Amino acid sequence: MDLTKLASLGISIGIFVFVLWLVRQRRLREKYAILWLCTSIFVIFLTASRRVLEVAALSVGIYYPPSLLFLVGVLFLLMVVIGQSVTLSRLSESNHNLAQEMALLKKKLEDLGGEQKEREKAEKV
Amino acid sequence: MKILAIIPAYNEAGNIKAVIEDLKSFGGDILVVNDGSTDATAAIAQSMGALVVSHPFNLGIGGTVQTGIKYAFQNGYDAAIQFDGDGQHRGDQISKIVDPVQRGEADLVIGSRTLPGGYKMGITRFIGSRIFHCLIRFLAGKAIEDPTSGFRCYGRKTLALFSRFYTDDYPEVECIITAARNGLKVMEVPVLMRGRLSGHSSITRRKSAYYMMKVTLAMVIDAMRGRELIEEP
Repeated sequence: MDLTKLASLGISIGIFVFVLWLVRQRRLREKYAILWLCTSIFVIFLTASRRVLEVAALSVGIYYPPSLLFLVGVLFLLMVVIGQSVTLSRLSESNHNLAQEMALLKKKLEDLGGEQKEREKAEKV
Repeated sequence: MKILAIIPAYNEAGNIKAVIEDLKSFGGDILVVNDGSTDATAAIAQSMGALVVSHPFNLGIGGTVQTGIKYAFQNGYDAAIQFDGDGQHRGDQISKIVDPVQRGEADLVIGSRTLPGGYKMGITRFIGSRIFHCLIRFLAGKAIEDPTSGFRCYGRKTLALFSRFYTDDYPEVECIITAARNGLKVMEVPVLMRGRLSGHSSITRRKSAYYMMKVTLAMVIDAMRGRELIEEP
């Protein structure tokens, strides 16, 4: 086994374990972890057999196999980033709604408190 | 014993009236957790005299049930039952899941359709359910025949635990591991259920692969966590 193979195997296993650890610490949701776990399994699989990459590259007319890897990698990351942007948009939308809802509730509570005070005052008089 | 019935509801205007009527005789309070419905679910529930809590937007089934659990815990209920808003669960079966908690024999009771006297389910759900059954037996050492059933009773300790840890999406199976891992007594009893009145399962064929992966991962990792239950003072 050559050094590059060893390094990429080490890194993918490292990422795999790190992601599991993050989920266990409740710092990463399973929903997002699945993507990264699948990715690292895919890389481990590619490392184990370089033939797969070569055959795949040649079959789509790419004569330098690693460029297929770069292409797939870039496209994959692009999809992930778009997905994250969608999630981010949804989160800012719900954050916006939460802030408004809270402000309105606060006002309602203050109004209720004011009414009560006035009623108490009226009872004293 | 002070008991709360939690009804998670998302756009159940067509069913909610019958569901609340079915619950009227059980002798506890009724809380409808309205998960950002866009129909008249909340208004109908209110007019029927149920307590209603409304999310400002849709949180999903886990967040909705947990809102009910937090309400029950914070307002001093001794137990809470989860009773679906789609009409599958039957009011006359409630005593079966509440009794073990009342007698102190269990902290979490699951009303099961597959035990003798239960109700038949679809084939896809059956296969998924069997896989989870084996996983739970392996991870928690418990044989639960119907781990995806949402007809449940939570005792006080379970309310305390699930107030803190209850996942947003597909919580039913994972929370069994969470409860068992924290030394809570999980029990299953056979109950009768109805077919759906209207609406359809939230888990479609396309989603079921993701569902299986997500829940399996969550269960395996949850089993690796330590004890987290904090005793009440």
